[in-house]
Amino acid sequence: MSSTTRAPQPPLTSRTPRSPMAPPRSFLWSRGIFLTLLTVFVLVPVYVMISSSLKPLADVTGKFRWLPSGLTFRPYIDIWSTVPLARYFVNSLVVAGAATICSVIIAVFSAYAVSRYNFRGKRVFTVTVLSTQMFPGILFLLPLFLLYVNIGNATGIALFGSRGGLILTYLTFSLPFSIWMLIGYFDSVPRDLDEAALVDGCGPLGALFRIVVPAAIPGIVAVAVYAFMTAWGEVLFASVMTNDTTRTLAVGLQGYSTLNDVYWNQIMAASLVVSVPVVAGFLLLQRYLVTGLTAGAVK
Amino acid sequence: MTTTTASADTGERTVRKNSPGAARSPRRTGRIRRIGLPYLLLLPALLLELLVHLVPMVIGIVMSFKELTQFYIRDWGTAPWSGFDNYKVSLDFNAPVGDALLHSFLVTVGFTLLSVGLCWLIGTAAAVFMQDTFRGRGLLRALFLVPYALPVYAAVITWVFMFQHDNGLVNHVLHDQLHLTDKPSFWLIGDNSFVALLVVSVWKGWPFAFLIVMAGLQNIPKELYEAAALDGAGMLQQIRRITLPSLRPVNQVLILVLFLWTFNDFNTPYVLFGKAAPEAADLISVHIYQASFVTWNFGTGSAMSVLLLLFLLVVTGVYLLLTSRGRKTADV
Repeated sequence: MSSTTRAPQPPLTSRTPRSPMAPPRSFLWSRGIFLTLLTVFVLVPVYVMISSSLKPLADVTGKFRWLPSGLTFRPYIDIWSTVPLARYFVNSLVVAGAATICSVIIAVFSAYAVSRYNFRGKRVFTVTVLSTQMFPGILFLLPLFLLYVNIGNATGIALFGSRGGLILTYLTFSLPFSIWMLIGYFDSVPRDLDEAALVDGCGPLGALFRIVVPAAIPGIVAVAVYAFMTAWGEVLFASVMTNDTTRTLAVGLQGYSTLNDVYWNQIMAASLVVSVPVVAGFLLLQRYLVTGLTAGAVK
Repeated sequence: MTTTTASADTGERTVRKNSPGAARSPRRTGRIRRIGLPYLLLLPALLLELLVHLVPMVIGIVMSFKELTQFYIRDWGTAPWSGFDNYKVSLDFNAPVGDALLHSFLVTVGFTLLSVGLCWLIGTAAAVFMQDTFRGRGLLRALFLVPYALPVYAAVITWVFMFQHDNGLVNHVLHDQLHLTDKPSFWLIGDNSFVALLVVSVWKGWPFAFLIVMAGLQNIPKELYEAAALDGAGMLQQIRRITLPSLRPVNQVLILVLFLWTFNDFNTPYVLFGKAAPEAADLISVHIYQASFVTWNFGTGSAMSVLLLLFLLVVTGVYLLLTSRGRKTADV
């Protein structure tokens, strides 16, 4: 942020007056201790996941050991045959990908309407959509389960047990937060820009896609990351609404850890494999998420 | 940011009126289109929210008044009405079902208060400590966000491994290395399971508080700190007098969101304990899930869900009322 906290050049004499905002020594000490402890707390499970995934089976069935007795990549090969991990992976990818794309597009339209137009029911809409976020998932699970089964019986559209049903469900999970965040983001795009586009003969949709969307790319990226993570990590609905062929990683991996012989090194390898895409994506794009939150949600 | 919203509303109208294109085109269709367009844009979101959230919610409320056991699942409309029976069963705290629900509710309240408090405390402390630049700050920030970015099940499964009785890290450290316990403890069954659940929940949840508070801190003008420093305010005073009051609006939303997410959390306990949660860590979501899908008694399960929803509505309403009133006087 600002450079006022640090003197840019090391001063010649050691005891020069500090800049007005220089933190006292005690603050630096407590900061050091606190952040170190926190880093250990955060990283230990990550270390366990990575190191155990490279251990031979004997290392994870006996007493826990910090260092592997030998490094092996076998778990990374075995995971694909012990359970149909590849199929789970594809299912998760399809479901999360489709839910993300649909959710972002729908959120863009809604946020544009709320941000740029005054219309009756605007407040009701935003409040309703946001408040769905607070309701317990368990409340929807039972009726949605029945609703999908009944729609299937009545129309033949298989929502229950299919990827389509899961996509539909997941995209509504990320929708409220996405709309909320994009409204803030669109509000911060100067209106003069799209007014000018409207005067130049662009339709409202032209103004949206040529002016507002390009200017709000960071917010849209952040929302997409959020939507993908939500769908990729969901367990409750996946555990009820999928069958053997449509099972996602969330359910598949859980079944893995309840097998009779628990191959912890393989499970850790599988956990790592399913985490890498989202964590990498998130860390690459976290900057956008923070700016998106600053511009939109946290105002 | 806020000013653009206010001024642009009026700006839009003036531009529309003055623009020659709008005047020349048939006025009525233009007006209809202008009025209809926002609704058209909202339509997909509305339909989906209706299908997945609002209609099921209404169905759920209807279901809670029915005797909906496995015999009626295929065609739930034919299930007989049962009046308030499901509610009576759920709320009869002398009978086993009601007693178990009350116990689960109390466990959830305790768990939620502790988890939200710790998440907020750690997240805020970390964000405030990392407000100033120092070497490695960017890296540390990325590291801290890893628990949040990890898929819930992958993270929780790792914790399950760490909490194993014979080959887990936790017992190895506490018993073998630090000799704090007489014998290795069980973490995923019995009373310890509450602690295990709390640790995992805080580990997973605090980065969100960190993220939000960090974003909120960026909106505090630097001049405030500079002025305070010139007036001789120390670090702690600056945090107490500037940082925390400025974060009030952010905290209002953050704590509510954390509360609702933690209270409704299903994923963590479900992956941590499997289908049968130990009594000490029997969170309400898993409890209702079990009451519904293990016994296939959807009617009682729905009644419990509705009660949960009512509780959350009341808490949210009271919370918003109290915090907003305080905020108005503080802001102006």
